[in-house]
Amino acid sequence: MIDYQLDQDGIATLCWNLPGKSQNVLNAESLAAFYAAIDRALAEPGLRGILLTSAKHDFIAGGDLDMLAQADDAQALFDLTMRLHQGLRKLETCGKPVAAALNGNTLGGGLEVALACHYRVAADSSSTRIGLPEATLGLLPGGGGTQRLPRLIGIQPALPLLLEGKRLKVADAAKLGIVQKVVPAGEEIVAARAWLLGEGQSKPQQPWDSKGFKIPGGAVQSPGGMQTFIAGNALTREKSWGNYPALRYILSCVYEGMQTDLDTGLKIEARYFVAAVRSPEARNMIRSLFFGMQAANKLADRPAGVPEQSYSRIGVLGAGMMGAGIANVAAQAGLDVVLIDTSLEAAERGRQHARDALARSRKTPEQIDAIVSRIHPATDMARLEGCELVIEAVFEDRAIKADVTRRAEAMLSNEAIFASNTSTLPISSLAEASARPEQFIGLHFFSPVEKMPLVEIIVGKQTSAATLARAMDLVKRIGKTPIIVNDSRGFYTSRVFDTYISEGMALLAEGVAPALIEHAGRLAGMPVGPLALTDEVSLELILKVTRQTEQDLGAAFQPKPAYTVIKRLVNDLGRLGRKAGQGFYDYDGEGGKRLWSGLAQEFPLAADQPDVETVKQRLLHVQAVEAAKCLDEGVLRSKRDADIGAILGWGFPACLGGPLSYIDTVGAQRFVAECDALASRYGQRFAVPASLKQMAASGERYHPR
Amino acid sequence: MTDCYIYDAVRTPRGRGRAGGSLNQVTPLRLAAGVLAALRDRNQLDTRLVDDVIFGCVEPVAEQGADIARSAVLLADYDQSVPGVQINRFCASGLEACNMAAGQVMSGQLDLAIGGGVESMSRVPMMSSGGAWAMDPESAFKTYFVPQGISADVIATKWGYSRADVDAYALESQRRAALAWAERRFDRSIAPVLDLNGLTILDRDEYLRPETTLESLGSLKPAFAEQGRQAGFDSVILQRYPELERVEHVHTAGNSSGIVDGAAAVLFGSKEMGERLGLKPRARVRAYASIGSEPSIMLTGPSYATEKALKRAGMGVGDIDLFELNEAFAAVVLRFMDVLNVSHDKMNVNGGAIALGHPLGATGAMILGTVLDELERRNLSTGLATLCVGAGMGTATIIERV
Repeated sequence: MIDYQLDQDGIATLCWNLPGKSQNVLNAESLAAFYAAIDRALAEPGLRGILLTSAKHDFIAGGDLDMLAQADDAQALFDLTMRLHQGLRKLETCGKPVAAALNGNTLGGGLEVALACHYRVAADSSSTRIGLPEATLGLLPGGGGTQRLPRLIGIQPALPLLLEGKRLKVADAAKLGIVQKVVPAGEEIVAARAWLLGEGQSKPQQPWDSKGFKIPGGAVQSPGGMQTFIAGNALTREKSWGNYPALRYILSCVYEGMQTDLDTGLKIEARYFVAAVRSPEARNMIRSLFFGMQAANKLADRPAGVPEQSYSRIGVLGAGMMGAGIANVAAQAGLDVVLIDTSLEAAERGRQHARDALARSRKTPEQIDAIVSRIHPATDMARLEGCELVIEAVFEDRAIKADVTRRAEAMLSNEAIFASNTSTLPISSLAEASARPEQFIGLHFFSPVEKMPLVEIIVGKQTSAATLARAMDLVKRIGKTPIIVNDSRGFYTSRVFDTYISEGMALLAEGVAPALIEHAGRLAGMPVGPLALTDEVSLELILKVTRQTEQDLGAAFQPKPAYTVIKRLVNDLGRLGRKAGQGFYDYDGEGGKRLWSGLAQEFPLAADQPDVETVKQRLLHVQAVEAAKCLDEGVLRSKRDADIGAILGWGFPACLGGPLSYIDTVGAQRFVAECDALASRYGQRFAVPASLKQMAASGERYHPR
Repeated sequence: MTDCYIYDAVRTPRGRGRAGGSLNQVTPLRLAAGVLAALRDRNQLDTRLVDDVIFGCVEPVAEQGADIARSAVLLADYDQSVPGVQINRFCASGLEACNMAAGQVMSGQLDLAIGGGVESMSRVPMMSSGGAWAMDPESAFKTYFVPQGISADVIATKWGYSRADVDAYALESQRRAALAWAERRFDRSIAPVLDLNGLTILDRDEYLRPETTLESLGSLKPAFAEQGRQAGFDSVILQRYPELERVEHVHTAGNSSGIVDGAAAVLFGSKEMGERLGLKPRARVRAYASIGSEPSIMLTGPSYATEKALKRAGMGVGDIDLFELNEAFAAVVLRFMDVLNVSHDKMNVNGGAIALGHPLGATGAMILGTVLDELERRNLSTGLATLCVGAGMGTATIIERV
């Protein structure tokens, strides 16, 4: 666990080396071994210094999230946390110099251990990251990070690192004073030893343990501290909409802890840490953002027994925004991409789009040239020869799609997969144009492709398990996260996303104040209000899709209240959305927007306005019910996909963990009762599926606690 | 219950509250002692009979710290048997001190007491005393803290007071204050600030800008727009008032209260004590009240405090002849007049803090004296003084001439 060695210079090396794991993590076993090693070193009569390092590629990756996810008993967790503080305090007050040689990533609890050393030297590597990312999982640094970092570098520089969970490059960490020295990789132990035997011998003490210590940059109760906290409180609420309690806890740890000594500060932090770990927000974020994403990225649901498909060359049909974006990410992953459009100019424009997008990234001109050179613009389908997979991203028009499917397939090998990037047309019906529908699949990318991490894989009626498995291999190869969705109207993400914006329009039609609707969306944790989002998507496009659905379904079509609103805005008022400069908002063309004042006439305010909690509830429940229906109807294969697809696909609040985690958080019984009430008042869109009713009755959950 | 009477009220003139302002050279201790001395000298008080001196102060640190009321008592050469206590209800501190003094007279525990307040905003700037309210994340998050200028702008936004509305109000405040000075309506209360040689340092309010026009007001920059946007405060209060699309920043330095220095003191006592001292009572304290209201919008308290005090007095809004509502921000007064249906003719008839300034801890005691003087001048009977208060509070006092 901890490799221990005492050399002839009196330096005890404690080398973290968790057996059978690729990463060192802090958990009950490793910490017990660490404490024992500290005690052993301190008992050495000739001890002159202690060196911490790691036998893995990285230093320490952080706390064991499995352990934290299961921690439930407040007292036990508090005691465990205080035990860590005792161990680290013993280390930093032992009277001998302690240095950490950071050979790689030093994150979370790993950095907190390092901060309890007197000296930190880091190996220079462009891939190494140093930071306290706990906040990104709804947690806070519970190993003294909120106390030692501000005491080391000052309150103002420390707060953004703690609140945003920034992962710093080595050079930036050095600039901030988090590491004292950067040396070429491989020399970090030598440098740490040199310090231990040299400078370290003169004053082996932390600054905060020296008499007259003052927090660098000023105390809490100073004009600067006052500004920092008054504005910091407001800015944190502005950003989080009050939805992430750990952020407030972090501010409180620093505010309360910096007005006392370190030992008291550590107790304060421990109490907030316990509260954060036990918060539903942290549990939801750890479940979905960490474990859920990890499983999805490892292709946990990939059909078994299918050999892994390697990719070297793919084809993309249609060089518009989506096609060019797909070509770009594939080329970045090292694939050759044949980018086909009806004219060479159009195909070239697609390649230029990729170049422009790359120019905005941090890549060097050489890297950009190399990536762009892998994109091969063309018009001739014959160029698709040798492609392992072809994705069409042409107009959402059945005839055009059928035509390119037939022409492309003619050029492909028997094994090659044909994928459609459609976002609206059922895959099984598009597969009718295919000569081998078992190798036809949907790969629904999101716009902008370069930024959006999700790919919704649509399995048609005849799509084979092998095709699914090989398509998942591609998604992984290009660095995206897949979810698996069985063919259905709107698939999963578009179908549930639509309920959010439709509910916004339903509220508007009822006479709810537009600002209240928009702010309720944000307060619920959504990244954009429903009306603004409708503008972004374009009212015109939504109307077109809805009309198509109406045609396809015939008598079975059930118009939502939103349909009337959209028709009125598009057909009668010519308000088509953001691109047109007017929708629910007026756009000034310089990034500013205001709710259209005419909304007051079109949708007069009701005398009785609902309270904001009611509006929030409708906007979230309507999505969660739809997701539950998707699972119930077999559109989704896994609960995990429902949750991470929602977070990655349309920005469902991460603190809620996804729509199914949200139902768990509310409690199925209460959720069903609330939906029943909403359904009787506002309609069947709130009616919960039978399976959920059963869960409520039997006290089950979607996810284990 | 014992009746409590007001026997006298004095105040300093208000000096511009920054370096260069006339009272910047005077310590707050001396300002406070000055009004105590004036009260004694005008009434030939035997100070041994004063049971307590209660002074409001909003930034009670540094030279306003350590119970400035007791130090002022001693500096003013009151008998050493007179105690002093400093209290803080933010902007209503001066009125609250008066209410506490009056209340103790009513309860029979004090026979003669002085309420008042002091604030040298030039020497002990706002925010000097820090505090948990805005800074402690636990408090700031819970209460949706925003600075009060933002709250005032939200009052304007929520109830539809435009920039033109608040500027028009501010112009009228300047006009009335200038007229009041021209007609020497404040003379009875003003105790000029003198130096140790007896030379006059300031004998009239110096914050007024009688040359103000709608144009000059209109040219001023909104004072809180940048703060609201850059420090996140607009977002914070919109999360509390989600029905508003945005905050319309209408308040400026011209339609908000001025930063000034000053002190005030009011003499309260029972009927028997007045008779013993040979003093003529000027008014009786009918009722008072302090309330808490929603802390983020913060400044809507005066109407609630007024309603509570009126109820206690068994009176209605129509029974009040003159109102003094501290002009912290123009929208606060506009909202109050709309809510309680009070005519502008009865409200702040001699202008207010927009023209004269708002020496935080002293203002409440000052406007109590102002309404009393004006009731006497107009030969009216009932007056009400009230102030909006930080963190969502309001304080009101009703007096009636006798």
